[in-house]
Formats: sequence, C-alpha cells, structure tokens
Amino acid sequence: MSDILIRANNLSVHFPLSRVGFGERPVVRACEGINIEIEKGSFFGLVGESGSGKTTLGRAMLKAAPISHGEVLYTDGEVDYSLGDIRAADLKEYRRRAQLIFQDPYAALSPRMTVRDIIAEPLEVMGITSSREETDTRVREIASLCRLNLEHLRRFPHAFSGGQRQRISIARALVSGPKFIVADESVAALDVSIQADVLNLLNKIQQDSGITFLFISHDLSVIAHTCDFVAVMYLGQIVEAAPTRKLFAETAHPYTRALLSAIPSLDPDVRGNAQKLEGEIPSPINPPPGCRFNTRCPHAQERCRNEVPEWREYSTGHHVACHFAEELA
Amino acid sequence: MTKPLISVKDLTLRFKTDEGLVTAVNNVSFDIAPGEVLGLVGESGSGKSVTAKSLMMLNAENAVYDEGSQVILSIDGEEYDVLKLRGARDQLIIRGGAVSMIFQEPMASFAPAITIGEQMVEQLMIHSDMTRAKAKEISIEMLTRVGIPEPAERFGQYAFEFSGGMRQRAMIAMALSTKPRLLIADEPTTALDVTIQAQVIDLMKDLVDEFHMSILFITHDLGVIAQTADRVAVMYLGNLVETGTVRQVINTPSHPYTRGLLNSLPKLDDLDAPLTPVPGDIPSPLDRPSGCVFHTRCVESGDIAERCRSEIPVTSIGTDDHRVDCHLANSRDQAGDQA
Repeated sequence: MSDILIRANNLSVHFPLSRVGFGERPVVRACEGINIEIEKGSFFGLVGESGSGKTTLGRAMLKAAPISHGEVLYTDGEVDYSLGDIRAADLKEYRRRAQLIFQDPYAALSPRMTVRDIIAEPLEVMGITSSREETDTRVREIASLCRLNLEHLRRFPHAFSGGQRQRISIARALVSGPKFIVADESVAALDVSIQADVLNLLNKIQQDSGITFLFISHDLSVIAHTCDFVAVMYLGQIVEAAPTRKLFAETAHPYTRALLSAIPSLDPDVRGNAQKLEGEIPSPINPPPGCRFNTRCPHAQERCRNEVPEWREYSTGHHVACHFAEELA
Repeated sequence: MTKPLISVKDLTLRFKTDEGLVTAVNNVSFDIAPGEVLGLVGESGSGKSVTAKSLMMLNAENAVYDEGSQVILSIDGEEYDVLKLRGARDQLIIRGGAVSMIFQEPMASFAPAITIGEQMVEQLMIHSDMTRAKAKEISIEMLTRVGIPEPAERFGQYAFEFSGGMRQRAMIAMALSTKPRLLIADEPTTALDVTIQAQVIDLMKDLVDEFHMSILFITHDLGVIAQTADRVAVMYLGNLVETGTVRQVINTPSHPYTRGLLNSLPKLDDLDAPLTPVPGDIPSPLDRPSGCVFHTRCVESGDIAERCRSEIPVTSIGTDDHRVDCHLANSRDQAGDQA
C-alpha cells in the first residue's frame, strides 16, 4: 500500500443561505459525505458537470471552503494536519505546501505586476527567501522550468497569450515548493493546440518533482489522458472512483457512462448514437432523496428513489455508489 | 448545382485601431447551400466570429471592408448585396429576417430586465405585421418546440431565472421564431456541460431538418463539428486554410494546421497516444507573418521552409471542392500530375 498524501473522511461542505420567511434555514449542500484518498505522487482527476461540487471539494482540501462535517487529513511525512481544526500557524505552513492553479489565466494575474513580481510574491509573503538575490535565483529556476525566459520576467501579463499566462500561473504555484497542487479547470480556457502543451507541462512537473495533483475538469477526455486515478462527482457526491484505465474499461455507474457517451465523437460516421441524459442537474439545496442521480438516470427504479446507495468496492480499487452497478454492467 | 444561399467572396476586413489597421479577415471565400451546415473551426483570434458577424453587418464602427469584398444573399430568386445594405430598415433582412444568430453566452445576449417573452414578442412584431397576441402564441409554441417545460410560465420569466441550458434553448427558440433561412451559431454549446451540449446539438439537428435551414456553425471543438457539419472550413489568423466535406477534413486533413489541431486533441479510444501541441502561439494580427500565415508554427515545411516564409500559397482544389492553401499540398498535386 503506498502512502496517502491527503484524504477526506465523510467530508461535507454546507453553505447556509439567508432565511426566507419562517421555517428552516435553507442550506446548499455542495459536498456531502465524501470519502477520497489521494496517493502521494499521483495525478488525481475529479470530473463532473458544473454544479457538481468539484471546485468546492478542491477548495475544502486547501482549507479554502468551510469543512462542515467530517475531516480532511494531510500527511506528507514531515507534517500531519487535520484541516478541520488546524491552528493558524500550521495553516500558514500548509499554504506553502498546498497550492492552487486557477481556471482563467486572464483573471488570475494582476495586470499591474511584472511576471517576475507575480512569481516572487509568494516567496516574499511567506518569507521563504531572505534576500533579493535568493528570490531572483529561485524565480529564474522556476521560470525556466515553465519555459519562461528572462525577457518574459520583465514584462506585464497583458503581453502574453493564454497558454503563456497559464504557464506563469503554474510557475507561481510551484515557487513555494508545494507537495500538493489543486489545478481547477486549468486548461478549460485554452485553445486545444495550447491545452495539449499545458497538460504535457503539468505531467512533466509531476513526474520530475513528485508533486501530487488534484486535477479538476469537466472534460473526461482530458482527464483520461493526464490522470492516473479518476473520481466522478455528481451533485455533491462521488459516484464512482477508479484507476483511469479501469474506469474506462469497466464503467460501473450510469452517470459516468452518460458522461462518456455525451462526448462528441470525432468520427463523422458515428453520429447521434449517444445515450442522452435528460434534464439538468438538480439544485443542491433540495437534492433528490435516495440516489441523487435518480431523477435523470435511465435505469432508476423504486429502490433508487428511497434508498441512498452505499459507497462500496465494485472491484479491486474501483468504488461505486449505485444499487444496480452489477446488473447494468 | 443549386444556387448557394449565401456566397462570401474575397472578404477582407480590417479594424482601425490606435496601433494601425489590423487585418482580422483576409481574402475569405465560401458558399453555404440551402439546408447545408457549414462548420467554421479555428482557435480564438482566428477571425471566425468576425467573419460571421460580417454576414449580418454586426461588426463595430471601426471595421473597414476592402473593395472587392462581397457577401451575396439569395432569397427566393432575389439577391441582396449584404455589405451594401445601409440603414436599419434595409438591414432587417439580415438582422433576424432571413439571417439569425445565436451567441455563445446566452446570459449576456438577453436583456436582463425584460422578460424572455417580451423580447421574443418584440422581435416577431418588428419582423412581421402580426398582432401581439399572435406573436405571444407563436413564441410559446417555439418555447415548447425547443423542449422548455411549462412554456407559458417561462414566457413571463427573466433570463436569470433560467439555467444555462434553458437559456440557450430560449435563445434558439427566439432566433428561429422568424423562420430564418440562415442561422449563425457562434459557439452555441461552448459554455454548456457535455450532457447539455448533446441535448442542444440534437435539438439543432432536428430543427435544421424541420425548417430546412442552413447553419453556419462556429466552434473550436472538432468533435462538435464532426457531429453536426456537412462541410467544414478551417480558419487560421484570418485566412481560410482548408475547406472540404466533414469526412475529408476530419478523416484526411490536408493542411498541417488541421492535422495539428487533430493531433492535439485527447482521444478516448487511445489513451496512450501522446498529446502533440501545435508549437508556439497564434501570432498577433498586428504582426501577420509573411508568406504562408501558418509558417511560424508549421512542423511539416521541411525543405521548402524558405518558400513558405516568402510566398503566399495559392488555393489548390481537389475532389468535391476540397480546398487547401498550402505549398506542400500544391507540390503534392503537381507530383501527382506528373506521375
């Protein structure tokens, strides 16, 4: 058994809303009862539609969203933290060890800072380097890793294309020497020809440095190509999780199957045979009882509407939450 | 051969900016036949949207069309020279009359403080002499047709009360209620989830059959194109680099850029295939490369790199009007002729 870097045990993230009239205060149940384990040095993919709670889960693992129930445990061999009740001093240290890369490289970089200052800021804020020379050396090191040259460091973000900006964001996330990086839709805003480049760069960083990635995306084909483990999320819950190849070879959950078949095929002769999902993702304020997917599932039965499916092992290393996974396979 | 519904010839469009004239579209020609779906593919900055907007004269004030640019719309035997239409009254035909457009971000295209129904009725009343009651009836009918549940209630709601997929459906309903001959769809599914995207694509295909419309489908997603288009035009930095049937372009691409786009796509049926990016970035339109516009990123030029740098490739035309602007394709053709 290899080491687990970060794990969520029965994690729930709830956002209370303001009261409407009398009665109970409505709550957005963004994540509910999540159990995942991310192995050290893995590239862990999290996929789902918008509104499924992927981003919230990623943020909870960075202690950037409230942990309402359950716990998130981080262990990298040097420190052990339980993020739910982490002390302020430890949180500062955790921020150095866990970093985030955002979706939109146009919004994530300050237009008034040079690229050098953007990359150097975490070093200065966290007090990692003690002199300007040291900072500059470190910035140059990281910049060259992300294929940015000295000339680039003097410029402002507006002078860069989307792909280059995303490489700047990656450099900033790497500069503090993190062990864990959450990449939230980091290629969604990029053109395909550039997207491949950024994906290859992330994979290379992961292989060279052993950083553990939580890669959040709505695009299963991107996940399939970059991640070695995939978790599929629907309406605040993980419905299926398995090593990438296993997930594609023996898809067990109807939602995963629907997601897969909704990807438009590149073959013009294979048209319109996708298994279509009806309707849209329900509101996380009043999730459907029983299996949360029952309102859209083509195979839903009485039991799915009443009984919450158990999170169980389907085959070795492959977990699923569906009453009828075996019958449907 | 049937007469094309719309014929674009030598369209060149520049924008006046503080930094000088920027060429956004360069010498673009294509036809769309009645009932045909033409997919227009390219990266951001390639000039797809600007080209489409020219068909409706929707480009900003600072747009300058070159002499010789021509867009001819043929409706029921009558021809309209689109670029010469001046004044709101004359432009009605291309602004929702015979040509309608749906946009990428439906939240930004609906007025936020006017109900969806009111916006649908308004445009129907502008384009025809129907009464308000009749326009409302037709609007609700269209909302039903695009699969919006409880259309009569939805009619009185605002855009923010709709989900993303619903908004895009309402947008389609609105664009189609005047029964246009040409629908311009600018990245209509890009902001949607794959499951919703599949629903919207299905809906659009049904509607094309039902109304016998032509569609200019703009997207950067080759998968979506493969699923919807009859013919495909690939754009790069304002130039059309390859045009052909969807099978020609997707299965046997002739331009190195088209091949590059296809190679950079993650494929689900082969997880081991490496992702090969097109090297470098799309150049700034202020600084268009000499010769072939793609030569700065082309990996296939090899021996003839010098020629690609200096000489603009002419269009070579293959079977079924498969057009490619590439020196390599040209030299292959010549080699084929000699053999």
